[in-house]
Amino acid sequence: MLAPLISCKRSMMDIRLDGIGHSYDDFEVMRDISLDISSGQIVCIVGPSGCGKSTLLRFIGGLERPKLGRVLQLGEPPAGCLNPLTYIFQDFALLPWRSVSGNISLVLEDHGIKGAAADKIIEDVLARTKLSDFAKALPKQLSGGMKQRVAIARALAVKPAVMLMDEPLSALDSQTRELLMDDLVELWTRQPFTAVYVTHNLAEAVRLGHRVVVLSRRPGKIREVVDIDKPLAAREFGDADLEKTQKYLWQLMRDEARAADAELLHG
Amino acid sequence: MDETGTSVAFRGGGFAPKSRRWVGVVVFVALVLFVEWGTRAGWISSLSLPRPSDVFETFRQLYDSGLLFKHLGPSLSRLTVGAILGASVGISVGILIGLFSYVRSGLVPLVAAIFPIPKIALLPLFVIWFGIGEGSKYALIAFGTFTPTVVATYGAVDNVDRTLIRMGQSFGLSWWSIVRKIVLPGAMPGILSGLRISLAIAIILLVAAEMLGAEYGIGAYILEAGSLYDLERLFAGVVILSLLGVLVSGVIGMAERRLLGWRT
Ligand SMILES: Nc1ncnc2c1ncn2[C@@H]1O[C@H](COP(=O)(O)OP(=O)(O)OP(=O)(O)O)[C@@H](O)[C@H]1O
Ligand SMILES: [Mg+2]
Repeated sequence: MLAPLISCKRSMMDIRLDGIGHSYDDFEVMRDISLDISSGQIVCIVGPSGCGKSTLLRFIGGLERPKLGRVLQLGEPPAGCLNPLTYIFQDFALLPWRSVSGNISLVLEDHGIKGAAADKIIEDVLARTKLSDFAKALPKQLSGGMKQRVAIARALAVKPAVMLMDEPLSALDSQTRELLMDDLVELWTRQPFTAVYVTHNLAEAVRLGHRVVVLSRRPGKIREVVDIDKPLAAREFGDADLEKTQKYLWQLMRDEARAADAELLHG
Repeated sequence: MDETGTSVAFRGGGFAPKSRRWVGVVVFVALVLFVEWGTRAGWISSLSLPRPSDVFETFRQLYDSGLLFKHLGPSLSRLTVGAILGASVGISVGILIGLFSYVRSGLVPLVAAIFPIPKIALLPLFVIWFGIGEGSKYALIAFGTFTPTVVATYGAVDNVDRTLIRMGQSFGLSWWSIVRKIVLPGAMPGILSGLRISLAIAIILLVAAEMLGAEYGIGAYILEAGSLYDLERLFAGVVILSLLGVLVSGVIGMAERRLLGWRT
């Protein structure tokens, strides 16, 4: 009787960062970062420019190896998951020579999903990202916001256990950003996913994050972890309590950012 | 407010060349007519330039006598075999150089060393290696197309957007999938513009290849006319080479429109 329960628990996948540190040659980028990312949560990472956020995300996704510490995957990814750790890139990273549906089938082909099975998945993810009418369009015909929705659809197609997002909205204008944040909240509400969300934008962090991790300037260390309990669906543009959290986060970051800026200026 | 303001002068035009096909034809026809006029009026001596109508007449005779295709056939087959050999080996080697550090370190200096050698100078060597027959002609053309294709191809592979490759890796695509679906299409614009140059070089080398032991061929025809100072026939042959060049460039243009429609 216990077996199914355990296997159910097992199908959750958490990520644990265990004492991550890294340097490029003699240039220390981050130091002793330990963090748990539990499944079903969106963890936002904020910090001044150059503190190693993108690098940390590359470590989590296995695109680069840290010099110190380990990235652990706790538990098994859910059944049917094709690519447990899936990125959404700031610059969309769509193949310009493939149509919208071709860009999505790209990541299915290698798993042997073709033909009708692939079409079904593509149709489903395009519907979820409200792109059904654009399946045949080439990336050059889409606006920035639509391109990023294609990238989100592509990520959803491989049923990721954890989504790794590096400033996914920062190439977009502020209206499009608001709309896409709503879309992300809607997607999460319908089917909670785990995400690590790197951003510069504190408004995004308080809107989307269950936890916000503030990193110090380089070498990046965890300065503070702020939990936001308010459910995602209940958060709104310009919420007073979110504004307060945002202000608090900005206070934490301001001095770091200023110091980081000065360091960059003086080399 | 003054009601009769001047409208802002437009200054945003230009710098976006479009294809106006007929302009090329007009330039060509104008040039031919100009020379025709000059030779007829006498201020271009018939010793310095043949009369275009005479060249056309020679061309017509060549066609009527059936000699045109006798010359064109072997030349086209030499060009096709040589260029396909050189371009395909060149593209493959270029991609390997673009992908593997050891191949790159080993071959880039070698290619740089081979590139400036005038391939015509090596013709005797090719004759010794491949005989006086078709083999040496294929080899010369292939060798001449190979080097520019390699250089263009590895440059094109280097220029493929790294973030797209990172994307492929992050979705767990296999190495072969990344090469086939991301690197190759991404390098295609550079490869095609490289082919434009390599194929023009192949046509240049065609004449050189037919210097030795070729009875028929456009190159042989031109060389023979040249040694006799028969300007009409020389020009008829040159016109055929030019047309070949226009044809090749047109084919590549078509390939670009078909394969690279995704470019902005
Ligand atoms: N491959 C690399 N080689 C050398 N240094 C690197 C490399 N990648 C990143 N760095 C350095 O590591 C530091 C952290 O880079 P990273 O891109 O992770 O910062 P970030 O927090 O994402 O910055 P931003 O907010 O500007 O995106 C930077 O100072 C950068 O110059
Ligand atoms: Mg970054």
